[in-house]
Amino acid sequence: MIEIDQITKTYGTVNAVDAVSMTVETGSITVIVGTSGSGKTTLLRMINRLEEPTSGEVRINGTSTSTVKPHLLRRRIGYAIQGHGLFPHHTVARNIGAVPELLKWSRDEINARVDELLALFSMDPAEFRDRFPAELSGGQQQRVGVARALASRPDLLLMDEPFGALDPIIRTRAQEDLRHIQRKLGSTIMLVTHDMEEAISLGDRVAVMDGGKLVQYAPPAEIISRPATDFVANMVGDVERPLRLLSLISVAEIIEPGEADGEALPETASLRDALSACLWTGCDALPATRGGTVVGRVTLKAIRARAGAHE
Amino acid sequence: MKIGLILRPVLIALLLALVLRPDWFVPIFAPFAPAGGPVIYQRASMLSLSLSHLGIVALASAAATIVAVMLAILVTRPAGAAFRPLSRTITNMGQTFPPVAVLALAVPALGFGAGPTLVALFLYGLLPIFENAVTALTNLPRATMEAARGIGLSRWQRLLRVELPLALPVTLTGIRLSIVIALGTATIGSTVAARTLGEVIIAGLLTNNTAYVLQGGLIVGLFAVLIYDALVQLEAYLLGRMGG
Amino acid sequence: MMGIRTHLSPPGLLFAILGLAALLAPFMTLAANRIVAGDGIVAWRVAGPAITVPGVAAVMIGLAMGLVATWTRLRLLGAVFGLAGLLWLLSRSAPILLTQAGEYARVSPAAGFWCLLVIFMLLMADALAALKPGPFMRAVLLFAVLAALVLVLHSGLLSDLSVLQEFSSRRDAFFTEFQRHLGLAFGSLAAAALIGFPLGILCHHRAGLQGATLPVLSFLQTIPSLAMFGLMIPILGWVGNTVPGAQAIGIAGIGFAPAFLALLLYSLLPVVGNTVAGLAATPPAALEAARGMGMTPRQRLLRVELPLGLPIILTGLRIVLVQNIGLAVIAGLIGGGGFGTFVFQGLNQTATDLILLGALPTVVLALTAAILMDTLVELTRRIPEETA
Repeated sequence: MIEIDQITKTYGTVNAVDAVSMTVETGSITVIVGTSGSGKTTLLRMINRLEEPTSGEVRINGTSTSTVKPHLLRRRIGYAIQGHGLFPHHTVARNIGAVPELLKWSRDEINARVDELLALFSMDPAEFRDRFPAELSGGQQQRVGVARALASRPDLLLMDEPFGALDPIIRTRAQEDLRHIQRKLGSTIMLVTHDMEEAISLGDRVAVMDGGKLVQYAPPAEIISRPATDFVANMVGDVERPLRLLSLISVAEIIEPGEADGEALPETASLRDALSACLWTGCDALPATRGGTVVGRVTLKAIRARAGAHE
Repeated sequence: MKIGLILRPVLIALLLALVLRPDWFVPIFAPFAPAGGPVIYQRASMLSLSLSHLGIVALASAAATIVAVMLAILVTRPAGAAFRPLSRTITNMGQTFPPVAVLALAVPALGFGAGPTLVALFLYGLLPIFENAVTALTNLPRATMEAARGIGLSRWQRLLRVELPLALPVTLTGIRLSIVIALGTATIGSTVAARTLGEVIIAGLLTNNTAYVLQGGLIVGLFAVLIYDALVQLEAYLLGRMGG
Repeated sequence: MMGIRTHLSPPGLLFAILGLAALLAPFMTLAANRIVAGDGIVAWRVAGPAITVPGVAAVMIGLAMGLVATWTRLRLLGAVFGLAGLLWLLSRSAPILLTQAGEYARVSPAAGFWCLLVIFMLLMADALAALKPGPFMRAVLLFAVLAALVLVLHSGLLSDLSVLQEFSSRRDAFFTEFQRHLGLAFGSLAAAALIGFPLGILCHHRAGLQGATLPVLSFLQTIPSLAMFGLMIPILGWVGNTVPGAQAIGIAGIGFAPAFLALLLYSLLPVVGNTVAGLAATPPAALEAARGMGMTPRQRLLRVELPLGLPIILTGLRIVLVQNIGLAVIAGLIGGGGFGTFVFQGLNQTATDLILLGALPTVVLALTAAILMDTLVELTRRIPEETA
């Protein structure tokens, strides 16, 4: 558990981060979202003490971060940034093994860990271990960057706009991969982004920052359905709110018995996809499948009912 | 910057005094002169040596600039592209030739006097100017070049109105390097009987008269530093205008 | 028309035209003694046809082989052929010319020879550049060329030439000055590195220090070399006379010490400047990541900044080495030794051969140092460049 307690950072007379408190549960993804200058990156950088807080403290599993030397603290916390920040003069293996090397793991342990992580990120270790970062695609570089941050099995992974430099298609893939790996490893992740879409699709909880203050800290559905301020509502986008809400719910939740014509939807698809398919084919209902076999149908009416669920 | 505002006029005044009124410095240089020996160089006036020195440098640098820029334009045109690898080899290797050696090697070919100095300064001066001009002409902003073609400028118009003006600051850096080297090499030119300020230093070295060495060294050093500074200011001004 | 154009190398054509013109210029000079100016003799008159015909033919064939654009190896072979022709003409004709002249007569290569030499070297360089040899191959080629040079000089083929006569009459002095020259150039380089690296690293961390240091160093660099060497004399003379023990370790106004100090001062800007630039070349994201993963400042310097900046830092050393080999010549003027001693003695006595005895080895030394250092820089740059 990570507890952020009344943390404040002051530059001159400006409070870049103003008395922010929040608690992050172990094994969850928390996304901090805000416009540039909202203090989101400063907040993140105060957790691994790349910035020293002016006041307040951060406790990881009950221990205050101020009791540990900054560089030793950082070796326990993974850190991935925009533009990956890989060392161009080191191979992929050396990049991923950087923190274990600092922690003086044995050679064999490091090699095993590198191969394990490469496999986890679906990169063949034999093929990629000895390549240099410049010989990888943008998406591969980003994956190696995250693998490096995870290498020492850190208590916490901090990510600062990790997908910012990727083009939209690769970005979606990378987000799915991250979600998948986080589930598998049960990591605790705090991620900073300016993209509300990314925040909603990735976060177990979303923290919205504005002018250095934490204006709302809630699960995505609540952020969409009950924005705390105009600013949050604005960031979510008033017009698209029902669609965003639907994108959080899977077809499985509203399957009803019955039959329908048309192309079947897997139950893992989101209601947003289901709505889109209904509108596109002109059908009021579509069959839904589980593991390839039809188990029922999704109706336009049921989708409409969920889109207005918050009222 | 502020130091420059005070230091620059002081150095200029010091240089003028050293060149025009060397006698003022007798008390300062006297301790360095051999007992009873002359303190101030008398065989030629500092002014005439300075003018001759600057004249040689100006002539060689002007010629080098014209030739180097023309050559740079030639090798950056499509027709001259075949010469570009060769020209790169020549500039790379040529710049490893010590200026003094170039000067010394010009003597067997041209004899003594201002001739070999001029030729050596010219040849050596070509390289930095050519190198920078080629770099500048090959690294022009693509969007600007496309726009120049797009609005219908002919090749000549593009060269004169767009490419050369844009390449000017970087080319000027080459000219500055070339002039600074020329000022220094011209000083050594007095060992091959060119009339330059080096004469004063050499006379001091030959007669063990440190006062001469100081006098000549200070004047040459001040000229070099002030001319270098003036060219840096000019570049900064031009860059500032282009940077917008 | 197009067909011919694509098969002719434009630089080769230029070399051929210039080479033919150079053949018309005097190839060798015969002088009555080492001081007077001699008479020029064109290539086909330096000896009988048994010697000149094959020699001139080899030169012309070499030039012709350089014309072929498509076959680079043939051009390279042409350069070797031409150089062999030059060597043949020079070595065969010198003894013949000397037997016809008086006891003190001197024979030396003239403008025509030097021009052809430069043309064939450029042809070779142009062909080699097209072959794009790797760093190892270049080092091997350099050593092959140097070995050939040493072999030719050692074999006595050219011992009748006046420069080599000058050499044989000062063999001991030559090697002493050679050592002195290397001592000046490499010694000041080592001292500059010893001072410059830590200073550069400090400057990298303190912007204020950098703002104060770099302008002072570039100011020093601007001072003409003769003035710098000259100004060191009173300063070191004063140190030698006032600081106890200074003279005992060789610090005096004249000689090695002022030359060494002047070279050191010139060396500091490239070393410090390139160290700063090299350390600043680390991608900001890599540095941020290094900090974020818990590297100490020392680890960041040793594991990230220095390795990434190494090519730029080594380029600084290359600049210094080549520059110092050249500037060390001026030490000859203030009794600091080195090849400059011969150059300035030669200029004083108007003895051309003596000037060449000092200037030619300096040029060879500078070129060798430049090529070796370039190879080294390239080896450290082996990491693929950032593609982004």
